[in-house]
Amino acid sequence: MDLSPFWLSIRLSVTVTVILMLLGLPLAWWLARTHSPVRPFVEAVVALPLVLPPTVLGFYLLLLLGPKGPLGPLLEALDLRLVFSFGGLVVGSVIYSLPFVVNPLKNTFREIPQGQLESAATLGAGPLDRFLGVVLPLSASGAVTAAVMGFAHTLGEFGVVLMIGGNIPGETRVVSIAIYDHVEQLEYAEAHLYSAGLLIFSMVVLVLLYSSGRARRQARFR
Amino acid sequence: MGSRQRRDWNHRDGSATGRGRPLAALLLGLLLCNGAAAAELRIAVAANFKQTAEEICRAFSAGHPVRCLVSSGASGLLYGKIAQGAPFDVFLSADRERPERLEREGLAVPGSRFTYALGRLVFWRPGRRVGTDLAAALADDSLQSLAIANPRSAPYGAAALEVLRATGIDAAKRYRLVQGESVGQAFQFIASGAADAGFVSAAQLLQYRSKTGRTLEGELLAVESSLHGPIEQQAVLLRVGANDPVAQAFLRYLESPPALALIEAAGYSVPVP
Repeated sequence: MDLSPFWLSIRLSVTVTVILMLLGLPLAWWLARTHSPVRPFVEAVVALPLVLPPTVLGFYLLLLLGPKGPLGPLLEALDLRLVFSFGGLVVGSVIYSLPFVVNPLKNTFREIPQGQLESAATLGAGPLDRFLGVVLPLSASGAVTAAVMGFAHTLGEFGVVLMIGGNIPGETRVVSIAIYDHVEQLEYAEAHLYSAGLLIFSMVVLVLLYSSGRARRQARFR
Repeated sequence: MGSRQRRDWNHRDGSATGRGRPLAALLLGLLLCNGAAAAELRIAVAANFKQTAEEICRAFSAGHPVRCLVSSGASGLLYGKIAQGAPFDVFLSADRERPERLEREGLAVPGSRFTYALGRLVFWRPGRRVGTDLAAALADDSLQSLAIANPRSAPYGAAALEVLRATGIDAAKRYRLVQGESVGQAFQFIASGAADAGFVSAAQLLQYRSKTGRTLEGELLAVESSLHGPIEQQAVLLRVGANDPVAQAFLRYLESPPALALIEAAGYSVPVP
């Protein structure tokens, strides 16, 4: 059995999760704290992937990121290919899993008592210091949830990858696509193996998350 | 007052009066009326043939009182649904493998399988003049990405791969070879510009031309059918429809001159009798 789809899926999920945590932390913080009138629109844009079918996203991404799309000349100048490539999957998955990372982070940040931050400020902590020393430790479990959600959601992604992947073995042929392929070709034994593998892996990851101490502590505070 | 109302509906022994019965009869009658008006023909058809199947069924229903319910999809997935008991009367596949399997597995009526259309492969490069020589068009330096249907699941993709081999090109090395899940997706990759060119079916191009009004002049190169094995699209009578005279009549109609004319007009070839 060809294991490359598994490694590809995991590689995609890890890459996307890392990028989303780096992008999501500041974005979620801003959304949690700002009173800007732009906030509802930004929140809506972030939440769009929750509402739109992945095929819509894939459809537009193909048009936007293709060599003949609006970004075509720029991508050509940078020698970047964002359709039918791993890079394209990363871009698509980052957009599609964005709300699954930003929303848990945003909710966790909202619950941080303003008083604690103010005390830290009066003690001389600057904004970055407050973020790293007060906010992050308090929101650790929320951050873990966000990361796992982003990871799991990307792992199971099918629609966007189907639209912009091109089914290239070793590059865009992730597990969900491989399963679909095998079913299409009536190779049900292989489909079973891939599906069971993904199911078990996801169960293990989720069980680990939910049985971890942090999750239990967080649950008690709720 | 309330107990008087209740007594109106029930006799003392608890049995119901006749009050509700006319209403129930009316409802039942309406339900039955619906079914008796026209026979239903449930057709499972490969996505690429859907529009043509609907046209043929419209022509067919001019002579037979029948309501056509057309379900389209990828042939492999339709096969899966039929194998799981989906109640289709006939199956129009994009290949011969699925109908053969259904026959072997006893899900289709033996001897009812036949080729209803032959697919025609076309090389399409939007925005470019491709000329008349396929080998030259494929050898063009500026051609970087090529889209075909998945050769393992779509006969058009398998044929495209055969053609590439016949012209002596190692496609996977020479181009960014992109596989669409179906010939429909391969078409979309090319139409959207994500892929430079590719192999699609003549029927799709005709549909696209009539829907968008674009002439596609000079962008197409019909592939000689000798370069690949025949793309046989086969139909079969399913077990569910085995005793259904309408389903049998429909399959016979599929081989009749009016249907053959529609099939050819749609961009397919018809089998020589």
